[in-house]
Amino acid sequence: MKYTPHTPEDVKHILETIGVASVDALFDDLPEAIRNPKIDIPAGLDEHGVLEHMKGLAAKNLSLEAAPSFLGGGMRHHFQPSAVNALTFQSSFVTAYTPYQPEVSQGELQAMFEYQSMIAALTGLDISNSSLYDGATAVAEAALLAMRQTNRSTVLVSRGVHPEYRETLTTFLECVGAKLVNLELEGTITISQAVEPDIAAVIVQNPNFLGSLEDMKVLAARAHEAGALFIAVVDPLSLAVVQAPSEYSADIAVGDGQVVGNAANFGGPAYGFIAVKEALMRQLPGRIVGATKDVDGKRGFVLTLQAREQHIRRAKAKSNICSNHALMALQSAIYLSALGPNGLREVATVSAVMARELESTLNRVGLKTLTTGKYFNEFVVKLPKPAEEIRQALSKKGVHGCVPVPLEYGFGNAGLFAATELTTSSDIAKLEAALKNIL
Amino acid sequence: MNAVLEKQAINDFPLIFERSKTGRRGVIPPQAAKAKGVNLEDLLGADNLRTSSLPLPEVSELDLVRHYTGLANRQMSVDANFYPLGSCTMKYNPKVNEVAAGWFTSLHPYQDPNTAQGALELLFNLAKDLGQITGMDAVTLQPAAGAHGEFTGILMIRKYFESRGELEQRRVVICPDAAHGTNPATAAMAGFDVVEIPGNERGEVDFAALEAALNPSVAAIMLTNPNTLGIFETRILEISAKAKALGIQLYYDGANTNAIVGRARPGDMGFDVIHLNLHKTFTVPHGGGGPGTGPVGVKAHLEPFLPTPIIARSDNSFKLEFDRPQSIGRVRSFYGNFGNLVRAYTYIRSLGAEGLHDASSMAVLNANYLRVKFQKIGFETAYNRVNMHEFVAVPPKGMKTLDFAKALLDYGIHPMTVYFPLVVSESMMVEPTETESLETMDRFADVMQEILLKAKANPSWLEHAPYNTVVRRLDEVAAAKKPMLTFQKLSRN
Ligand SMILES: Cc1ncc(COP(=O)(O)O)c(C=O)c1O
Repeated sequence: MKYTPHTPEDVKHILETIGVASVDALFDDLPEAIRNPKIDIPAGLDEHGVLEHMKGLAAKNLSLEAAPSFLGGGMRHHFQPSAVNALTFQSSFVTAYTPYQPEVSQGELQAMFEYQSMIAALTGLDISNSSLYDGATAVAEAALLAMRQTNRSTVLVSRGVHPEYRETLTTFLECVGAKLVNLELEGTITISQAVEPDIAAVIVQNPNFLGSLEDMKVLAARAHEAGALFIAVVDPLSLAVVQAPSEYSADIAVGDGQVVGNAANFGGPAYGFIAVKEALMRQLPGRIVGATKDVDGKRGFVLTLQAREQHIRRAKAKSNICSNHALMALQSAIYLSALGPNGLREVATVSAVMARELESTLNRVGLKTLTTGKYFNEFVVKLPKPAEEIRQALSKKGVHGCVPVPLEYGFGNAGLFAATELTTSSDIAKLEAALKNIL
Repeated sequence: MNAVLEKQAINDFPLIFERSKTGRRGVIPPQAAKAKGVNLEDLLGADNLRTSSLPLPEVSELDLVRHYTGLANRQMSVDANFYPLGSCTMKYNPKVNEVAAGWFTSLHPYQDPNTAQGALELLFNLAKDLGQITGMDAVTLQPAAGAHGEFTGILMIRKYFESRGELEQRRVVICPDAAHGTNPATAAMAGFDVVEIPGNERGEVDFAALEAALNPSVAAIMLTNPNTLGIFETRILEISAKAKALGIQLYYDGANTNAIVGRARPGDMGFDVIHLNLHKTFTVPHGGGGPGTGPVGVKAHLEPFLPTPIIARSDNSFKLEFDRPQSIGRVRSFYGNFGNLVRAYTYIRSLGAEGLHDASSMAVLNANYLRVKFQKIGFETAYNRVNMHEFVAVPPKGMKTLDFAKALLDYGIHPMTVYFPLVVSESMMVEPTETESLETMDRFADVMQEILLKAKANPSWLEHAPYNTVVRRLDEVAAAKKPMLTFQKLSRN
């Protein structure tokens, strides 16, 4: 394939206009020793050839559409309404850059303003930016924000926070000399304890990685008693039915938006969201859209509060983030609008209902629940063999099984199971039959 | 409300929230009937329940479609408009990429790797291809964007010095003053001090100033080549030799790689680390701000520090490898912006080595053509020399770049990048890319000339442009002074 339009005559005309003899002559500034290296990649294919090649690769995967999925742990397979993809992947959204020229970017800017409003609605907090990369980096940005705000450099993180988020947090904090301390669990619930006065933030996930709904009110109160900020890592779908971060006075809410409208995409792209109380607004990282008026008094939207950002503040910026995950945030906003509060509540409720059916089935085949207290739609069971083995055996029987629970939790072999509104009783029956063969 | 205000409200494109009506339904989710009569208190515990309202919009599916179709029509984009936004490489994003990517969306990061062999094979081969293209020994595909790639790369340099017991001493990262803002911001985020080096009158880094700044406290030099002025750093081999002699790592900001694919490799120039913006050079669409994708390539001495996991091959199967004791750790969840990696992979398969070489050649050809056209119609170019894939121009004295950008909007052309890099006042950075035709570029030059002539005859016309866009110049000062960042706030106002 090629996407360059010039005819030989065009090239000749252009070269004459520039006043050089050849295209190669335009590269004379390159040191001769390194010019035109041999690059060992296969010759290009025509479009049909490319499609056949890609089809071949796709055929080596077992899609979530092709087998029931009980996978969670930060991403899940939910239903994508047809209108959501049709509207998101309109080429004027897909092929635009960051809205630097607001007069010709009102579609994107207004959509991001609406997205920010929806994140504020879900979390109950005042202010949202227009997206970050993912849930993990959102947690890291939230911790850095809390450190800036409090002038403290130790962060307390519950072991119930997604292990990959904690690993990411470690990476971001270590290099600036900040300290990370774990809040331990009892069963699968975070132990609430007095917080030391040098703590910048306490980070708790609700529901946590092991499924448990945490006592967020008590944990937040402990943090606030010590002058620390309370950061809630939340599943945005759960917020249709589970208490909102504002209801336990969280200062910052973050999370991954995949579960509300993005495909799982083998882990990305989805998007990270961050919402804060108004007092923290000027500490936020990333792009923010605000409403204003044009010279004729018409309502319009612009990128705003840019004095926080790298292109203005350089080394003193709140973050280095430039490109964000706008298209995924847009997809999520369209999804949330398609469902509305009632639809979202139904999705959340059905997910929770099906998770109970799944749990009792798993218990019936002898797998004991390890998750303590109440859970939303994901929970952990004890397994008689390594979770990887069970997952593999299940996949051979056409079921996407469970997420292996890391050994750090001290459960030995254990798997995290999830249900969604797509989980049917017959999916669960298929899982049960497969498990009876495997266990 | 008085009549004037009412008329204005009608002219405003409604917010989705303003289309909302309590009780109206759009999409009904699967198994919705199962939600009826459920006692959530029993299920989730009374203390865990949400008691506050959930003020999301309530609209019908047609309302939804009208709304987002309407918004889509209030946008410029590459598919609809010439978009010579310098440094952003707004080339055509092939449709075949989108079709192919659609076959890979329904995969879960934690599904059994044996059921994701096609995905892992694709990632393995893409990393190999990018290594070939950049001249690097190993590549991680995880970073979500250019800035995230910078962070990943600089952290690897950090770990490398830590492993050699030199971290205490290596405090400084050097960037040119023309560098993109993410470079100094990244260095600071990774715990380094930033020193900025000026450029010279030829638009290159001031070699003497750079040399003077080099000493054993320097950890890394971050360069873009061609640099942010679109000019190739001709003394790059000398710079890399100097750096090497002092053990300093050379970082390549790959935002401008579209100039050199197949023509030269950063690895051969002596760079130790590179990030690529696949959303620039490798046709991943920009999505109105993202998601991007910023893979990082490194030379062998930095390979042990790659973020986890990496994709490994054993015999004919592919797996994720987590056990990497010297790794910088994780920089994000899961394995990268996979959906975008599929698009970039599709593009590389489509073009092959020869096509990629041709693409960069034509990108540079087009940018030089427009530079000469700009000079002919009365703009100055910042450095009077052959440029690479982009160039910087300035308007005649007394005229403002911003005004030209606004005037272009009425002609259906997206403006070039304005006021970047900061080192040239009134800078207009123009990057046509290789996918634009002679006719498109000629029209652009004609339009620029017309704007110039009209502005000379009537300066006020220029200062008040645009006239025909859905909104006209917006009050950005008011937006920042009294931030209205949500519908909730706006509707209370
Ligand atoms: C020269 C340069 N460096 C770095 C970046 C940052 O890339 P990203 O927006 O993908 O984080 C950009 C893009 O804006 C750029 O033009």
